[in-house]
This record gives sequence, C-alpha cells and structure tokens, in this order.
Amino acid sequence: MLTIRNLRSYYGRMQALKGVSLHVKEGEIVALIGTNGAGKTTLLNSIVGLVSSITGQIIFLNADITHQSPREIIRMGVSLVPEGRQLFAPLTVMENLTLGAYQRYRRKEKSKIKSDLDTIFERFPVLKERQSQVAGTLSGGEQQMLAIGRALMSGPKFLLLDEPSMGLAPLIAGQIFQIISQLHRQGTTILLVEQNAAAAFKISNRTYVIETGRVVLQGASEELLHNREVKRAYLGREYKEVWE
Amino acid sequence: MAIWNSHFECMTKDELEQLQLERLQATLNRVYRSVAFYRKLFDQMGLVPDEINSLDELSRIPFTGKTTLRAGYPYGMFAVPLREVVRLQCTSGTTGEPIGVGYTRNDLTHWTEVSARVLCAGGVTKNDVVQICFDYSLFGGGLGFHYGAELIGASVIPGSNLDPARQVVIARDYRTTALIATPGFAIRLAAVVREKGLGPADIHLKRGLFTGEPFSERTRKQIEDELNIKATDNYGLSEIAWPGVAGECEKKKGLHIFEDQFIPEIIDPRTKEVLPLGEEGELVLTTITKEAFPLIRYRTGDITALDVSPCGCGRTLIRMKKVAGRTDEMVTINGVSFFPSQIEHIFSQIWGVEPRSCLEIDRRGNQDIVNILVKVSEKIFFDEMKKLQDLKSKVEREIYQDLGISVKVKLVEPDSFARETKGKRVIDKRESS
Repeated sequence: MLTIRNLRSYYGRMQALKGVSLHVKEGEIVALIGTNGAGKTTLLNSIVGLVSSITGQIIFLNADITHQSPREIIRMGVSLVPEGRQLFAPLTVMENLTLGAYQRYRRKEKSKIKSDLDTIFERFPVLKERQSQVAGTLSGGEQQMLAIGRALMSGPKFLLLDEPSMGLAPLIAGQIFQIISQLHRQGTTILLVEQNAAAAFKISNRTYVIETGRVVLQGASEELLHNREVKRAYLGREYKEVWE
Repeated sequence: MAIWNSHFECMTKDELEQLQLERLQATLNRVYRSVAFYRKLFDQMGLVPDEINSLDELSRIPFTGKTTLRAGYPYGMFAVPLREVVRLQCTSGTTGEPIGVGYTRNDLTHWTEVSARVLCAGGVTKNDVVQICFDYSLFGGGLGFHYGAELIGASVIPGSNLDPARQVVIARDYRTTALIATPGFAIRLAAVVREKGLGPADIHLKRGLFTGEPFSERTRKQIEDELNIKATDNYGLSEIAWPGVAGECEKKKGLHIFEDQFIPEIIDPRTKEVLPLGEEGELVLTTITKEAFPLIRYRTGDITALDVSPCGCGRTLIRMKKVAGRTDEMVTINGVSFFPSQIEHIFSQIWGVEPRSCLEIDRRGNQDIVNILVKVSEKIFFDEMKKLQDLKSKVEREIYQDLGISVKVKLVEPDSFARETKGKRVIDKRESS
C-alpha cells in the first residue's frame, strides 16, 4: 500500500531523516519506535506532505505522492491523527467530526458521510453522547477518540497514528490500543508511532526501529521483542542487568 | 510440493527488492555503528551508509574476505556485545585459521527458519524420520539441520558422527526416511547396506539432502540408484549459515537462494568486477538479517552462476548452480582458467566413474604443459590396452574441445599415485622452475 525509498527530510539545514526506506502492506499494522528526536513524527508528517523539503520516493497505492499537497494526499485516502490530538478546542465534538470530512462535502458524498458518522458514533458511544460539547472540555481519552474519529471521517484507506497513548492513564491508553486493534481487524491499514513500545509490539505485525533519522532494525514485532538492544532502549527491562 | 514460507519464498520482484533495500540499509547502519572494521572501512572510503540508495549501489562497498574474519578471531567482527550472543560456533579451519561466528536469539530463529526451508524444499515433512549424519560440534552443520527439522515437526535422529555401520543399523531400526549427510558419506552408507545384504524392505529411505562436499550430477545419480532415494543439493557456509543459504527443490534445477536474508552477487575472482547475470564466477553474499555476525559482500570462494528463470516449484527466489569449485583451486593454463572439478566431470561422463586424479602442471619454454595423473583401480582397468587407449584419447579430445587446453592423461598405479600426488588435486611445478 505504502512504499518509501530513501526518504530524506530537512528542516532548514537540519536533516531529520537520513534515507529511510520502509513499506506497509494492505491490512497491516506497522509500528515505528525510537527515542525522542529520532524522526518518527517527521516521517509521518513527510508522508502526508507537511514537510516540504524532502527527497526520495513515497509511493501510495502505486502513485508517487512525494511532492503532492496534503490536500491531495488526504483525498487519496491517507489520514493522520497528529501528536497531541490537535483538536479544534473551541468547537464542538460534532463540528470537529464534520471538519474531518471537509473535503468530502464538495464531492457530494453526504449520505456516505452520514453513515460514516453513524459508524463512528457506534464505535465511540461517548462521542455521540457529547456531540454538542466543546472539544476542549473532553477528558484526554475522549479527546484521543475524537481525534481518531475525526481522522476516520475523511474515509481513509490508510491511517497514520502519532503517539495515540501520549499523556493518557494506562487504563485509558489500553482502551485506545483496543480501538486501534479493532480498526485493524475491520480492515484499516495503520502506521503507528508509539513511545509505549511494549504496547506497539503487541498490536503490530511488524516494527521499524529508528535511531537519529536512520532505520537500524526492522522485522516481525514478536522477533524484535527478543532483541536485547530493543529491550534495553525501549522497554526499560533488564536495565540493571545490562548496565552493571 | 510444499513451500515452507510461501510469503518470503514467493515474493514478487518489487516486494523482494523493497525488503532487501530496507534490510540492507538497516544492516549497513548497524555495522557502521557497531563493527570497528566496517566503520574504519567506510570512513577510509569516505562512504556513509546513508548513501546506499539502491541495491545496485551495494557494489560501491569493498568486499569482506576470509583474512579479515581470521584477523578478527574470535570476537572482533561481532556487531553486538557478547551478552546478546546465545550461540558460538566456529569454522573448521580446514583452509587456515578458524573464524569465530556468533548468533543472537533472533539469528537462531532466522537460521532455523532457512534450515526448515531447505528441508521442506528437499521434500521433508512432519511425517519423516530424519537422520542427521553431520557433526553436532562447534564446527558442524548438525545443529542447523537439527533445529530446522524439529521446526518442521519431523522425528529427528541426531546421528552426528557415528560410523557408517552404526548409522545404517539406526536407519534400519528406526525406519529413517530422510537422510542428511555429505554425498561421500551417503555412498559409504550405500556400501554398508550392500555389505550387510540389506534390501529395500530393510531400508526405508525416501529422500536425502546433501551438502558439504562437491556434489556432481553423477554422484547424485549414483546415490539415487544405490539408496533408491530422491537426492537434492543444498548450500551454506559456517561463516553465514550452514545449512540455509540455498536449497534445491524437487525440480533439481539449481538451488534457491533465500534472498530475503542474503543478497547474492557473482564476481570475477581476478578483476573483482560484478559479472552479468548468468555468468559463472565467485559467489559474494551480504547478510541482511544477521544481528551478531553481519557480513557485507563476503567472498565465499565458491564458484557458481545465478539463474532467474522461473522454477516450476513456484518459488520466485533466484537460483544458484551447483558449486563448480573453489576460487583457491582455480587453475590457469596458457591463459585459460578452469577447475579440477571440470576435468573430473569429463572423466565421469566418458569413463562412467570419477577416478582419483591429479593435475601436474609444468612449463616448457613459454608453454604450460598439463599431465593428468589418474589412479588406476580395478574399476577402470581394462584388460584390453586398446580400449584403454581409446578412452584416454577420448578424454584428451573432450578436454580440448570443452576447455581449450591440451592435456596428457597418464595412468598411475595406486602406490605411485599416492607417492607422486601426496593427496593434492593440483601440483603446480611452474612456480618452482
């Protein structure tokens, strides 16, 4: 579904990605883990066209989208749930969701949008309950659900999730991961960036480990769980054993 | 015909190349970070691993040779700290100093996987009783086959280095159906079977997978006839994975290289240029999943050729021909390079057996002169001198036609053969004269 070759992304003179190649097949959840500043968010932003200074190749559904505008990329079926949700805080839940389908109204898909909205309310009953509440007043978990719901409103084939569990209590984070698994089972292809590596390994098929803008490990998630380096750096286990 | 991992063994070219590129880049990043030798090498070349943007650019990186690995013995070439290594093995050192090799847990998982692929390609299923006649030590391929066969779910007999007579008794008693051995060992087993007067009712062997020694088509035929089995070839090397680099399927049209884990190239051993697809040369391998002992463009010293034509088995993996010889055995006569094994092959085609032979090379003036000393045993000793002379000149003619070199075949008695050759396949007197 998505194939990236030798992606290099720059912020001014600073190079954030140094030739990353990866792929996501239809129906997969692929996790991307790495420490702060490794380039995970840059990678997602580059895919949806938010980083303008990039070289390399990004191919989505056999089309080269490397230098496409975000609008075009989203229209093709890619949707990003950004880090820190980025909701429209003063707007209501309903308004946020409606804005998620912004591009589709022009294409006269009103009835389809309505049925998508119903599906989202079915999946997140709490959003239905609070549809007229202002988004900024929702709890963290609810906000994350709204952010995912809003992304789904564009009718994506491919969902990018940037740290969906950030700032959530473990129990709520667990619920969010369940929702992600459900979305996957229902056929959505997902690229997941996560700090919570243990959870990411659990729900993903494959994982890429990025370090200072480069992929250093890749493979089946269950295999990488056995990698001591991964354990030490991202799972916090065996810390003592490794360092003493 | 079963395929063990149809995902990785039947990928489209695009899928495979993307996977290889991703894994290659990750491997290069790791070796640059963690292996002092590669870091120094890249720095000297002014090369950053990030610069490798396609599989073709792999050829910008210098080769890794045996000498480097020997110099790094035992731990110098490891890319992970020893505490992450769960298995240590070592090459036998038959051609010099040993080479230490390590595996992490993931490396063992991958090794076991490719071993299972080899066995599955050779027809082994969970219903087989597999007898492994390889040494289970530091040097041997026994453990690799063992784990692969267990993963398949076969009943595995660790026959290890028991003598042929004991192995035959075990094969009879346990009703072994699949034999894993060197071709030479299989021939010895067949001899024991004959000596003991055992028949098809006693020996239940159906298939055999052979490796570790030159394995000509004639030897294959001999083993298949004598043991009444289907024999397949497979390839590996202790520095990388033995078994598990490549395995022949039941079509017997070459050995499928597991390209999701190893990137093969063929080079001219003298010019070190990468050769066009299909040409014969030295096999160079890059490991792209190894964690503990990754090797970039490792010169195997084995001579083969690659073949991308589709195989009837359904695997899309590239195939390598049976190994034709080793670069260190390559002989050049009057500008023509060839391997002693090519001469042996011609003998076996014309004489019907592969006699022990030795090339004796000398120089007279500007001309290289080759005598082939052939050990004469009862098998090829004919009463009629005329017939023998015919066979001799037929071989000489055939060698001239095939390889373009004129040689003289000399028949030698076993005693003087041993004295003159001292066990060598090639005696080159040119250097001393």
